[in-house]
Amino acid sequence: MEKQKAHIDKSNTVIKIRGVEKSFADYDVLRGIDLDLYQGENLVVLGRSGTGKSVLIKLISGLLSVDEGTIEVLGNEVTTITERALEDLRIRIGFSFQNSALYDSMTVRKNLEFPLVRNRKGITRKEINTAVETVLEAVGLSQTINQMPAELSGGQRKRIGIARTLILNPEIMLYDEPTAGLDPITCIEINDLINEVQQRYHTSSIIITHDLTCAKMTGDRIAMLLDGQFQRVGTFDEVFATDDGRVKPFYDYNFIQ
Amino acid sequence: MDSVNSSTRPAPSRIRKTRNKLADFFLMLHRVYAFVLRFFKEVFLPPYEFKEVIRQCYETGVRSFTLITLTGFIVGVIFTKQSRPSLTDFGATSWLPSLVSIAIMKALAPLVTALIAAGKVGSSIGAELGSMRVTEQIDAMEVSGTKPFKFLVCTRVIATTITIPLLATYTAFIALLGGYLNVSQNEGTTYAVFMDQAFEPLTFIDFWASLIKAIVFGFTIGIVGCYQGYNSTKGTEGVGKAANGAVVTAMFLVFIEEVLIVQIAGWFR
Repeated sequence: MEKQKAHIDKSNTVIKIRGVEKSFADYDVLRGIDLDLYQGENLVVLGRSGTGKSVLIKLISGLLSVDEGTIEVLGNEVTTITERALEDLRIRIGFSFQNSALYDSMTVRKNLEFPLVRNRKGITRKEINTAVETVLEAVGLSQTINQMPAELSGGQRKRIGIARTLILNPEIMLYDEPTAGLDPITCIEINDLINEVQQRYHTSSIIITHDLTCAKMTGDRIAMLLDGQFQRVGTFDEVFATDDGRVKPFYDYNFIQ
Repeated sequence: MDSVNSSTRPAPSRIRKTRNKLADFFLMLHRVYAFVLRFFKEVFLPPYEFKEVIRQCYETGVRSFTLITLTGFIVGVIFTKQSRPSLTDFGATSWLPSLVSIAIMKALAPLVTALIAAGKVGSSIGAELGSMRVTEQIDAMEVSGTKPFKFLVCTRVIATTITIPLLATYTAFIALLGGYLNVSQNEGTTYAVFMDQAFEPLTFIDFWASLIKAIVFGFTIGIVGCYQGYNSTKGTEGVGKAANGAVVTAMFLVFIEEVLIVQIAGWFR
């Protein structure tokens, strides 16, 4: 499916990252990065394994803390935010995990209900059922409602993981390797779903991937993370219109060629 | 010069290693203290996960029922059987019900229940939470604005603190039943006489001490299992370590608490 033109508001920055540094033991993963995510935009962060792509979105959601720098999300400074305010902020951010992270001991219905009943005080059973059915329909998996996560395929698990984040109507979506470990057809379906979420829910998204097809299909803008810094930021064609020895092989060796 | 170097080199290294190990140990103690403190901070605050507490009570209590019944009964029978020859030598077999009840009510019932629960419930909590940690399910709860500590840790610790005393009380009666069957078979003692003799030497403090002991054991098993699982790392290897750590640490602490509570109860007699 062709990506529809997104309505990006460049005057409204939903995530503002400045001078962020993060190390693990002696290994400097992020070395002073700057990045902006605009309202309504799909921003793809590309990079090799171990370059700190997933670390970046974990810093944004407050799962990890920065060593240096600032991260402003929807007007809140994540590095200095109180625990209570962070909980409230997280409701406005959807996080789709690499391995879906569905709760093993709960059915699909319970997985979807879990964040809803805990974050929407006074919600009725009817409203819960409607919300669950709506998001399941949005990801095209209404028939799986009573299944356990172990009974689902990899692609279905990814979709349910996305549905679980959508149920809270997030303003920002963070996708961690959404197409990792999936067959090419399912990858395309997930890419279409990411675009559909952008259009239908008017979300701004950061998509972490090393899959160039995913980057090209979903990204309004690409940011290439190399050696702990964003070396190239722009459209897909702008990023790869280079002879940089660190960027070119990434393109040349990908099946997209 | 060389010989001086080779003899002095290992010493600082050993000192450094010991220092690092000590530092790790105190860091771990601090983490455990913070974990327990967090439990008491969060357990009294809403939202209260009543449904999950009931589910966990079922998991820890009802699912351990068969094992506890079997073990309790065997403990009662074996203890009575092994004690008889010594009492027979002194012509004091009539004291058997009292001896059995003192041993079971004061020590064996809470201890046996705690050891079985540490193996069955503690390892299961450690493995389940460890697996949830390494598959990012706990992170998923965290980022969706829910409170994983409350939902996963508080509910399990409450459940073990409630169910293990109940199981210990049940174990005591099953073990006494085992003791009665053995005594009745050999001495022909009736149930009423056995129970009368069994409860005669026990005081109110004995029951309370036993109950408090079981509550402390239940809390320990729950908190240790949760701590090990919740802080699990390093993939599947970490899950195994969490389950193993939950059992070993809980058993060790149960024995230490047993000694301490017996000592403290002694001061009130």
